[in-house]
Amino acid sequence: MRCDASRDNAVAAFTMSANDRQSCSVTVNNEHGLHMRPASMVATLARTFKSSIEIEKGLTTVDAKSELSILTLGAAVGTVLNLHATGPDACKAISEVAELIGSRFTDEVLRNEKQ
Amino acid sequence: MKFCDFVTYDAIQSDLSASDKEGAIRELVDNLVKAGKINGDESDSIVQAILKREELGSTGIGRGIAVPHTKHPSVEQLTGTVGVSQGGVDFQSLDGEPVQLFFLLVSPPDRPGDHLRALENISRQLRDDMFCKFLKAARTAGDIQTLLEEADNNQFVS
Repeated sequence: MRCDASRDNAVAAFTMSANDRQSCSVTVNNEHGLHMRPASMVATLARTFKSSIEIEKGLTTVDAKSELSILTLGAAVGTVLNLHATGPDACKAISEVAELIGSRFTDEVLRNEKQ
Repeated sequence: MKFCDFVTYDAIQSDLSASDKEGAIRELVDNLVKAGKINGDESDSIVQAILKREELGSTGIGRGIAVPHTKHPSVEQLTGTVGVSQGGVDFQSLDGEPVQLFFLLVSPPDRPGDHLRALENISRQLRDDMFCKFLKAARTAGDIQTLLEEADNNQFVS
């Protein structure tokens, strides 16, 4: 079985293990990093899944369902994060969370709206 | 980044009187004006910018904590302050709980890295239940400053 999660170029190195644990790496593309609004969006999305979802940066691993925890990563643009999802919907969870983290979120959209 | 790098100690308030979102934000911004960190002529603009950011989604992140913030061209460096409300303020928080702890940030538009590092520090410290508990129990600005200094010395986060 294999997840088709690589819809975004930032999502890479997909791996699969036997017990519904999915892992991948993703690069933060938002120019301002995972600040409060992106962190909130990630946590809100992550909470819609039954699977546990973790975000790893270096030696630090946090719960993707906690906005406060995501903020502790201080993940700036260009930071490579490893994602791990474990549970019945791990495949979909890691796909969608990785896609969101690798996106530019809404900063550009909002800026364009102001102009 | 540590609290002492961006928190204006002279603008800390331990007894916010406002019971609504705009009032609490205005009290903290006014404190930054009095402390000389913000131009008084810009205070209304800054309050409105913070409220506009709140419209995108409350910065009340649960557990009685809010981090209202904005980027504003009138400041040359990241500045912030801390406020405690004993009665709590309705902030439309994610968990619906009133907010007692406020960390307000105003940053220059061209320094997103500083803003991110300030958020990193605030969130890391606020994960510690004792730190939150002590802040909420603080009765003077001096108490709050002491707690921030202790946090800077890693006395709350292992």
